[in-house]
Amino acid sequence: MQVQITVNKKPRTDEVEPRQLLVHYLRDTAGLKATNVGCDTTSCGACTVLLDGVSVKSCTVLTAQADGGTVVTVEGLGGTADGGQMHPVQSAFREEHGLQCGFCTPGMVMASVGLLSENPNPTEHEVREGLEGNYCRCTGYHNILRAVLLAAQSPDAGKPEAQVSA
Amino acid sequence: MSILGTRVVRNEDPELLTKGGTYTDDLIDERLDGAAHLIFVRSPVAHARILSIDTSEALKLPGVVAVYTAADVDLPIINPPMPMFNQDMTQTPLASDKVRYVGEPVAIVVCDDPYIREDAAELVEVEYDILPAVIGMPNAAKDEVLLWESVGTNTVVDFGTPDDLDPNLFDDCEVVVSHLIQNQRIHPAPMESRSGAASWPEGERLTAWIPSQGAQGAKAALAAQLGIDAAEVHVLTPDVGGAFGARFGADVEMVLTAWVAGKLHRPMRWSETRYENLLAMTHGRAQEQRVTIGGSRDGNMKKYRLEVLADCGAYPKIGGILPSLTRLMTPGTYVFDKAESIAKAVVTNTTPIGAYRGAGRPEATAAIERAVDIFAAEIGMDPADVRRKNLVPKFTEPHLTAFGALYDSGDYETALNKALEAANYEDLRKEQQLRRERGDAKQLGIGMSSYVEITGAGSESGDPNENATVEVHPDGTVTILTGTSPHGQGHATAWAMMASDTLGIGIDKITVIHGDTDLIPKGGGTGGSRSLQQGGMAVQKASIELVDIARTRAAELLEANEADLQFNIDDSGFSVAGVPSSTVTLAKLAEKERLFINAVFAAPGATFPFGAHLAVVEVDVETGKATLERIFCVDDAGVVMNPLLFDGQRHGGIAQGAAQAFLEEFIYDEDGNPLTASFADYPFLSATEVPSFDLVSMVTPTTYNPMGVKGVGEAGTIGATPAVQNAVVDAVSHLGVRHIDMPTSPRVVWEAIEAARSNSNSNGKVA
Repeated sequence: MQVQITVNKKPRTDEVEPRQLLVHYLRDTAGLKATNVGCDTTSCGACTVLLDGVSVKSCTVLTAQADGGTVVTVEGLGGTADGGQMHPVQSAFREEHGLQCGFCTPGMVMASVGLLSENPNPTEHEVREGLEGNYCRCTGYHNILRAVLLAAQSPDAGKPEAQVSA
Repeated sequence: MSILGTRVVRNEDPELLTKGGTYTDDLIDERLDGAAHLIFVRSPVAHARILSIDTSEALKLPGVVAVYTAADVDLPIINPPMPMFNQDMTQTPLASDKVRYVGEPVAIVVCDDPYIREDAAELVEVEYDILPAVIGMPNAAKDEVLLWESVGTNTVVDFGTPDDLDPNLFDDCEVVVSHLIQNQRIHPAPMESRSGAASWPEGERLTAWIPSQGAQGAKAALAAQLGIDAAEVHVLTPDVGGAFGARFGADVEMVLTAWVAGKLHRPMRWSETRYENLLAMTHGRAQEQRVTIGGSRDGNMKKYRLEVLADCGAYPKIGGILPSLTRLMTPGTYVFDKAESIAKAVVTNTTPIGAYRGAGRPEATAAIERAVDIFAAEIGMDPADVRRKNLVPKFTEPHLTAFGALYDSGDYETALNKALEAANYEDLRKEQQLRRERGDAKQLGIGMSSYVEITGAGSESGDPNENATVEVHPDGTVTILTGTSPHGQGHATAWAMMASDTLGIGIDKITVIHGDTDLIPKGGGTGGSRSLQQGGMAVQKASIELVDIARTRAAELLEANEADLQFNIDDSGFSVAGVPSSTVTLAKLAEKERLFINAVFAAPGATFPFGAHLAVVEVDVETGKATLERIFCVDDAGVVMNPLLFDGQRHGGIAQGAAQAFLEEFIYDEDGNPLTASFADYPFLSATEVPSFDLVSMVTPTTYNPMGVKGVGEAGTIGATPAVQNAVVDAVSHLGVRHIDMPTSPRVVWEAIEAARSNSNSNGKVA
């Protein structure tokens, strides 16, 4: 079947299998390898992306369901793809050491952007609740929490196009 | 000011945050163009004879390239890895006559399209003659059902026997308490499941991409298991999404991926599902321990005995050797008149056991720290007082234990006191007392641990040493080649800091390369918290030696005596004393002739970091639910090189330790069926289940390397696990509970409370 999806600001038209998952569309059809698969059960959140502005686990969305929609992955966040700056959430993850091996990071960052778009000034408890569906084995979540709270100091951290100042 | 010791954010982060890492599944490489995808047909039963395998239906499916079974695989038998293991417990890469655990590879299906892999695998028909499964270490030790009938026993190795135990050990003790303790099986659960890729064109060398903790060790293992010369193998390490001890060497799946690539002369890719990962990546821990401790009523601990029964899973792997490390660390931070320990490792019909963060040492700490609390409860003394009374006094010269461990430096009492002070221990006890008096549903538990552990004991290649190559290029950039193998630890930043500090070149100009066996033929990888104290020190040593070489060249160029040259960190160059105009930079010196050196740093031995953790939990006595409220951690691993990385290692370990204490367990039923083979069933710790951690600083340098650093990677799983477990027990100790096994899940805690209550009720009736 044919789908039209805008991925990281670029409109695409692709022929895909009806049973293809969105995460495989992003990785294999669109060639965007940052979004990872960490489990088979929608438990870990490594595959989290924004679909029409809402964070979703792309292993549990069919490509067909995204037809006509807009997807943002970590590659399209902020301005680095066009030579610009990192998104406030990306920058905060670096500043607070909110990542180690990096595997959960693209999903964790996108879930954090989704969280901040819904709740720009979350409490610690709200950040922990908001990221409950995103697993990390390296950080114990300590610095991820700090990173999201730091990012929340940027007023537009919930917007995928936001950039930190150079 | 030196960059060492300062908080430096990571060089590797911008790429990981904006493009994502390049993990094995992400590889785009022309050597892998046209790759086929393979999948393993895995045993659905724990113990069975294979009667027949029918691959005909699978081969008929369009897109299936080939199907292989053990009959097709002409590879050497895999022998148990340690000489002291029972050498008859051999394995074939694909199961041949028998399967011995759920998840064991039985056949390989090769497909053009990864989307048909699972469909194809389901078409392979395997007929099994089911045998009784051996589950649980005590059952295995009975030798009633054998995994290898011809071997005659399930015992892999004995480290001492009951005959070695002193029958009169506790004769002089006023109080003796004993308990059986489970250190449950858990899954390492890195976020990236396993994968591999291989290219082996006809007449050429094998190139294998293996996400590992050390390419050089993986290469040696791969060559040995393929039965070829190591020179025929080139191993590359892509980014690795976590390892935690479970990614050393080359797993059979990776060996077989390479073998198929060579057989078909077609590039191969393999990646497993999380379900497969939970079944077939090595598991960790899995010890049953009997602790017995004796002493006097005034709190003097005199004697201690630790008896370990360790599970190797279905095939003896590195897990079989870990009980010897547990044994080595038997007495922990305490002085005993005498302590003794024996261990036995057995096979069962479960996933093989390997290393998991701490690998043998957390098990020792868990045992002794529980034993101390049980002893304290028996004599009615505060567990902090009992510990203080029995700790090894502060020492600066190495302290040799009766078990042969040489602790390099330590001050255990200060560590414990720092944790108690940070937590306001006295206030916590008062709050606990109030809640007990009120009979609150939510009771407070305070648990502590004092620990000492081993880091940098050696490498995959044996001795405690590591090499590094440092090169300064004419454009002023630097390349470091390291034999360590980071997978989250931040070596790209840390090694750049080490070189920058000596060379005077900014870390943004320094590239760190690892995991390419052509570029870096030797290396011990990353594990056992060895990297900084050996690999980092090698970078420093190479940098110092590089400046020495440069000095000789600069002296020639500037026509000066070497003794008159001074090296200026600020501009990375030499100047002649008293002649300001006569200068030359390292970069300039690299123009005429390559400026590089390889150096090996050899440590005199392992270091023994130590610390103390104090956990505060709330336990709902009506539901059994334990919640970790605070955890205060003193982790003294010597001098801190980058506090950002140091604390990050602690955080991750603390979370994993806490998760073992109250959450995680890999469970089999009595037939050997795994009950936790997905992340929906295996209780992976989430952000809502831990608090932020309270880290307390303490620095006792080691003399074993110029910087005074020890390893910190495993501190958290060693210190936090018993602290949290002790806290949960402590929360309900006033109800008569003396011990609760991990994981202290609501059901287990509730049952312990109920058992204690009915026990005290029935005691009351008798009285």
